[in-house]
Amino acid sequence: MGVMFNRTPEGLLDFRRFGGTKFHRTAFAGATTGQQLLYALDEQVRRFEVEGLVHKHEMWEFLGLVRDSDGNCRGIVALDCVSMRIEAFPAMSVMLATGGPGIVFGRSTNSVINTGTAASAAYQEGARYANGEFIQVHPTSIPASDKLRLMSESARGEGGRVWVPRARGDKRAPKSIPESERWYFLEEKYPAYGNLVPRDIATREIFQVCLMGYGVGGKREVYLDLTHIPRKELDIKLGGILEIYEKFVGEDPREVPMKVFPGMHYSMGGLWVDYAADPRHGTLDETSPRNQATNVPGLYAAGEVDYLYHGANRLGANSLVACLYAGKIGGPAMVRDGRDRGARLPPGDGAFAGAKKKWEMEFARLARLSGPENPHVIAEEMGDWMTDNVTVIRHDGKLAETDAKLQELAERWDRIGLSDRSSFANREISFVNQLRNMLVLARVMTRGAGRAPARGVPRRALQGARPREGGHGRKRASARRRELPQNDDRRAHRGWPADHLCGGEHVADSAAPAEVLRDRASQRLTGKLPPACPERSASTSAARTLRPPPLTGRSTSCPTDRARTSSRS
Amino acid sequence: MEVAKDPKTRDGRRTSPVVYDRACLEEVCGSCAMRVNGVARMACTALIDSLAQPVKLEPLAKFPVVRDLSVDRSSMFESLKRVKAWVPIDGTYDLGPGPRMAESERAYAYELSKCITCGNCLEVCPQVNDRSSFMGAAPISQVALFNRHPTGRMLAAERLDALMGEGGLDECGNAQNCVRACPKSIPLTTSIAEMFRATTAHGFRKLFGS
Repeated sequence: MGVMFNRTPEGLLDFRRFGGTKFHRTAFAGATTGQQLLYALDEQVRRFEVEGLVHKHEMWEFLGLVRDSDGNCRGIVALDCVSMRIEAFPAMSVMLATGGPGIVFGRSTNSVINTGTAASAAYQEGARYANGEFIQVHPTSIPASDKLRLMSESARGEGGRVWVPRARGDKRAPKSIPESERWYFLEEKYPAYGNLVPRDIATREIFQVCLMGYGVGGKREVYLDLTHIPRKELDIKLGGILEIYEKFVGEDPREVPMKVFPGMHYSMGGLWVDYAADPRHGTLDETSPRNQATNVPGLYAAGEVDYLYHGANRLGANSLVACLYAGKIGGPAMVRDGRDRGARLPPGDGAFAGAKKKWEMEFARLARLSGPENPHVIAEEMGDWMTDNVTVIRHDGKLAETDAKLQELAERWDRIGLSDRSSFANREISFVNQLRNMLVLARVMTRGAGRAPARGVPRRALQGARPREGGHGRKRASARRRELPQNDDRRAHRGWPADHLCGGEHVADSAAPAEVLRDRASQRLTGKLPPACPERSASTSAARTLRPPPLTGRSTSCPTDRARTSSRS
Repeated sequence: MEVAKDPKTRDGRRTSPVVYDRACLEEVCGSCAMRVNGVARMACTALIDSLAQPVKLEPLAKFPVVRDLSVDRSSMFESLKRVKAWVPIDGTYDLGPGPRMAESERAYAYELSKCITCGNCLEVCPQVNDRSSFMGAAPISQVALFNRHPTGRMLAAERLDALMGEGGLDECGNAQNCVRACPKSIPLTTSIAEMFRATTAHGFRKLFGS
C-alpha cells in the first residue's frame, strides 16, 4: 500500500522482536511503523476521494447516534467545529473508528484528541462497553505536564539500563553517582530478563520503586541510561526516538540518562463487538454481517474503540494488526448489513429531525452555562484521580473513593461556566461536551476495575477470599485463574478468548436498571471486599524488594496471595 | 493548559481561550504549526524556557485563518491529490508479496516519508503567495518519494506531468528556505533538484515521443 518496510540484505521484509515475543515476527518501518501505516492509509483515502468513492467531512465532531423507535442506528449527529452547525447524517450502517480514551487519564501517550467521547456517547445511547478497566500502562514514557511521550521498548532492547540512586532523594547529577550507589532494580530482581522483563512487570516495578521514595529526586521518575553505549551506535539504531527526547526535554540522552516513568498507553477494552463463527470449521465466518457489530443494530466499531483481540494485555504491534483486520472484516459486514437489514427499514425522517433538535437544544444549553466551575480544572482532577488510582495498582478503597470523586466531578460539571461564548470555532463548548462523556467513561473504567475477581494486566491489591457469588462469566473467569498466575501476562494473554469475556457482568450495560448497577457497585466497592494488602500498600522495605524473586514474576504479591494461588492449583 | 484554565488579557481582564490546533504534541500530526517569535515551527517542540520572552504567537500567513492560531491547511492536501501522492493498488484480490527493494533505497525513502504536512515549508517560501499558485516543497518531495517506490513508480509520468503544470516545479525560485524550516529535516531541496532533472528528461521524452 506504500509503506516501505525495512529490508534484509536480500531485499526481503526484515522482522523485529517486540516485548513478550520470542520470535522475530514483526515487520517494521524505521522507528515509526504506526505513523508510516497511518500515512499510507491516509494517502489511499485521498485516492478514493479523487475517484469520488469517499466523501470526507473534516473538522466535524461526533455527538451522538440517531436511533429510530425500533432501536436501529440510522445515522449520526455531528458538529461542524468551525461553523458550530449541527447536522444529522443518515446512513444504513455506522462504523465508529474513533480510537482510544487516553485523555480520561489526563496525560497519556495518546493524542490529546483521544478523549473516548464517541465511545462514551454510544455507550450512553445503549451500546455495550466491555473490559473498560483493561488499560495498558507502558513502562517508559517521557513525563511532562502536557502529555506523556512514548520512549520505545527498543531503547532497552538495545541495552538501555533502568536505575535509581540508592539513596532516597539523591540530588547529585546522574553521571556523578558512582556505580556502587546506583540501584539497577530490574537487573537485581530479574537477573535472567534484566531490563527486558515484560511490559506490565517493568511498569509495576518502576511504579513501586517510586512509591517507596526512590524516584529520581523524590519525584516519579527513574533513569533509563544509554550513556554507556557508543554515540555512533545510538545514532544508527535509535536516532529517531533519541531525537524526540532531545527535542522535548532539551537534554542529550547520549550524554545524560533519560528520565522516564510509566504512562497510560492503550485501552484493551472498548465497545463490545460481535463476530460469527463458521459452523463448518469453527473459524471466523468472514461473510457474516455480525463481524465487528455492536449490540445496537447498524452500529459497528473497529480499532482501539472496540474491545476485541487483545484480551487483557496487548503485545507490541498487535493494535496495528487488529485495526487493519477489524476494518477488513468490518467493512464488508457493514455493506451486507446495510443491504440485508438496513434497506428494509422504513424511512426514519422523524428520528433525524428529533436527534438534530435534541443536540441543538443541548448545545444551546451548554452555551448558556455560567456557573463558577472551570471545565479545565475538572478535567485535571479527573485525570489525576484516574492516573493515581486506576492505572498500575488499584486498591479497592481507592477505587470506591475515585468512583465517589467522579460523581462529585459530574455534579460540579453541572455548574461549569464557559469563558468562550463565541458561536464560531468555539473549542471550549465541544470540550465541555466531551468532558461529560469522559466522566462517564471514567466511571465505567473505575467500576470495572472493582469487579471480582480482578482480571487482566493491572494488579488489584486484594487480600483474603473474593466473593464467591456470581454468574456464569465470573465462574469461568475464576476457573481460568486457577491455571493462570495472575501476574504472567504472556500466559494470561493466551488464555482469554473473547467469548469468555462477553458473558458476565463485566460488560457494562447502560440499559441495565440503575438500581442493579448501583447495588453491584456498592457491594463490590464498599462492604463486601476486604481491605487492601497492607504489605504492598505500605512502603515495603528495600531489603525485601531486593531479594531476587522466582522468575515467574510474582514478586510483588503478598504472601496471602501466593498461598491462595498455590492452594488452588 | 494552564493558560486555558484562566485566560487573561495583558491588563488582567478575563477573556476567551486562544483557539489553536493540536493533536499528537510530538511532531507527528503536523497540526500545531505556527509562527513563534516570528519563526515558522511546530508549537509542540517550541520549549518555552528556550524562547525569548514575551513569546509572540502568530498564525501561519500562507493559509486562511479560521480563528486565532488555527488555520485551514487544506490547500496542501489538494496539492497532494493533484500530484497523486499515493501508491496505486487494486486490492480486490491477493496480490502476493511485493517487489524486493534494496535497504539503502528504503532508508533514503524513509527520510522523505517523514513529512507531516505541517506547512512550514510553504510558510517560509517567498514563491508561495497571493499572486502565485505554487504548491510548495512538500508535495514536490512526495513525488520524489512515490516515484521511488517500486509500485508507486507506475504513476511516475502522471506525477511529473502534474509537476510541470500550473503551480508546479517551474515556480520554485530556489530560495532554499524550505529545507531549513522543515521540522523533520527532510532533504527538500535535494528532492526539488531531483524532480527538476526528472521533469526535464520527461519533457524531452514527451517531445520526441519515445
